[in-house]
Amino acid sequence: MQQVFHRPVSLKDVQTHFCPGCHHGTIHRLVAEAMDHFELQQRTIGVASVGCSVFLYAYFDVDVVEAPHGRASAVATGVKRARPDSFVFTYQGDGDLAAIGTAEIIHAANRGEDITVVFVNNTTYGMTGGQMAPTTLVGQKTSTSPYGRQREKDGAPIRMAELLAQLEGVAYSCRVAVDSPKNLMVAERQIKTAFRYQVEGKGFSFVEVLSSCPTNWGMDPIKANERVGAEMIPYFPLGVFKNVGNL
Amino acid sequence: MGNEECRKTGEFCLDPRTVYLAPDFVEACVQNNRLFVKGNEAVAMAALEAGCRYYFGYPITPQSDIPEFLSRELPKLDGEFIQAESEVASINMLLGASATGVRAMTSSSSPGISLKQEGISYMAGSELPGVIVNISRSGPGLGGIDASQADYFQSVKGGGHGGYRIVVLAPASVQEMYDLTMLAFDLADLYRMPAMVLADSVIGQMKEAVVPHPRPAVDLPAKEWAVQGKGGGEQRIVKSLYLGDGELEAHNWKLYAKYEQLRGKEVRWEEFLADDADLVVTAFGSVSRIAKTAIMQAREEGLKVGLLRPITLFPFPAQAYARITGRCKKVLDIELNTGQMIEDVRLSVTKDTEVFFYGRPPGAGSLPTPEELLEQIRKHY
Ligand SMILES: Cc1ncc(C[n+]2csc(CCOP(=O)(O)OP(=O)(O)O)c2C)c(N)n1
Ligand code: SF4
Ligand SMILES: [Mg+2]
Repeated sequence: MQQVFHRPVSLKDVQTHFCPGCHHGTIHRLVAEAMDHFELQQRTIGVASVGCSVFLYAYFDVDVVEAPHGRASAVATGVKRARPDSFVFTYQGDGDLAAIGTAEIIHAANRGEDITVVFVNNTTYGMTGGQMAPTTLVGQKTSTSPYGRQREKDGAPIRMAELLAQLEGVAYSCRVAVDSPKNLMVAERQIKTAFRYQVEGKGFSFVEVLSSCPTNWGMDPIKANERVGAEMIPYFPLGVFKNVGNL
Repeated sequence: MGNEECRKTGEFCLDPRTVYLAPDFVEACVQNNRLFVKGNEAVAMAALEAGCRYYFGYPITPQSDIPEFLSRELPKLDGEFIQAESEVASINMLLGASATGVRAMTSSSSPGISLKQEGISYMAGSELPGVIVNISRSGPGLGGIDASQADYFQSVKGGGHGGYRIVVLAPASVQEMYDLTMLAFDLADLYRMPAMVLADSVIGQMKEAVVPHPRPAVDLPAKEWAVQGKGGGEQRIVKSLYLGDGELEAHNWKLYAKYEQLRGKEVRWEEFLADDADLVVTAFGSVSRIAKTAIMQAREEGLKVGLLRPITLFPFPAQAYARITGRCKKVLDIELNTGQMIEDVRLSVTKDTEVFFYGRPPGAGSLPTPEELLEQIRKHY
């Protein structure tokens, strides 16, 4: 008998703390699969951010540094410059990367640091209880936008993958989702492409993954999954915004 | 020769007398084995000799000679120099580089050091070494660029959140800028914690003679905690998050034990004419130089005055104060602020000691003259 499905070796055999229906777990798996695909486990240094993914080291069986909230891409810069032979990735939420860490991500990208950034956009601050994020959709109610996000006062949600694609230093930038088998397969492929950029030393790669947060959206897992396609994708289109090497 | 080998043989890896300076100048210097350089340049030279090959910073007066020097020299040594987008980013780059086990540093001045505090707290919590140089300036706020000691509290009391300490070294000469920068790297590695060199523009911008020396042959522990990719070994994690029952409390006690060890083993201070003194002046860094002149003038007048100068601000040399004030019952504390170190002085002297204070909060024209300090000595003698 042939085993056709197994846990990626880069992922530990443990239960996660993620809420039921949360996409973080799925995204962890895709990242680990890409790591296995390129046989990176032994030379990977992951940089964890502050958010629901703070326990990166508990799930990935790779060396991990924990960064202060928002600073993962600066920490990753220091790691990669000191250990250019290692594979360095950050895993950051939308509050972490697109609010408090905006300066760090833009400048790491602009310098063209040879790192890979996995950006999990769930339109909210998951860990702190569902406050408004820079990616919260207009009209979306959160615990700090109880009347819904107002474009006039709060601005419009930021499209990070498109924004970063503008920078000369960025080699690869895309947005994927994991809400359907089809999207999942594309996500798997594009995360691998992002990894390939660093594996081949071809520059900064960025993958934005649309993700669910059933708990803070006040939805059951199925509804939350449906919201990704119904509300998020229309505003945050999936696609590749930059691919300088056509990898 | 590689830097690690130099540590073992006690030889120069990069003798500044031959490496950095113009040939004719070097000859003049080498004749008396000395260099004539700025304090900030001495910091940069010592860092390179100490094996530091990674620098992350953001421009700010009066420390920019450090990044300027290193941006020129590091690329020649296969090192990395990054002018970061902010002090926040640069301290986090230092965190990342240090986490991999290399020697790395950042430098800044007061407002920039404020921005680094969160990162320093994370480094302290994650037990990461790393050297931070503060060529401090006056404040609060934008203040000015004048020599200042107003960052004493911020430096020695744990300027960020969470109740930690870092090693704080206070050079009073360009020679000490060289010596203490080198020491900062060793103490940081030995105790796995950030170490700060705290000076100001008087020491940073002044040129003085320096006798450079190779890296001392200190026995350093292997960095078995450093993240480098598992490479077939166990997973390594650098973090400051401890959520398990009792974990964080135990972690805090562990950090505290290191601070106690530092207090026992690493205090450094200078005594100058203190043995027979009836009044002991205490001052650190730049102002201690002015105080020394005033003390010599007082001696000429027949006043028995001495100096006690802390070199390590953390660990604070409390023992020295206790011993000296066992006999001498008058201490005059002089600082370029409204009174900060004095709190530690008061806690360290014997009970019946009188502690006087003379402070000049920093600002243009507020550096005291020796005559002004002599006046204070006469007043309290
Ligand atoms: C300096 C600082 N400010 C605020 C926080 C509190 N905080 C922790 S996680 C977080 C937001 C997390 O949201 P996100 O990055 O979107 O990650 P998610 O939990 O949604 O995956 C915040 C604000 C912090 N830890 N540090
Ligand atoms: S709070 Fe949201 S993002 Fe965090 S684990 Fe739960 S569902 Fe996932
Ligand atoms: Mg989020």
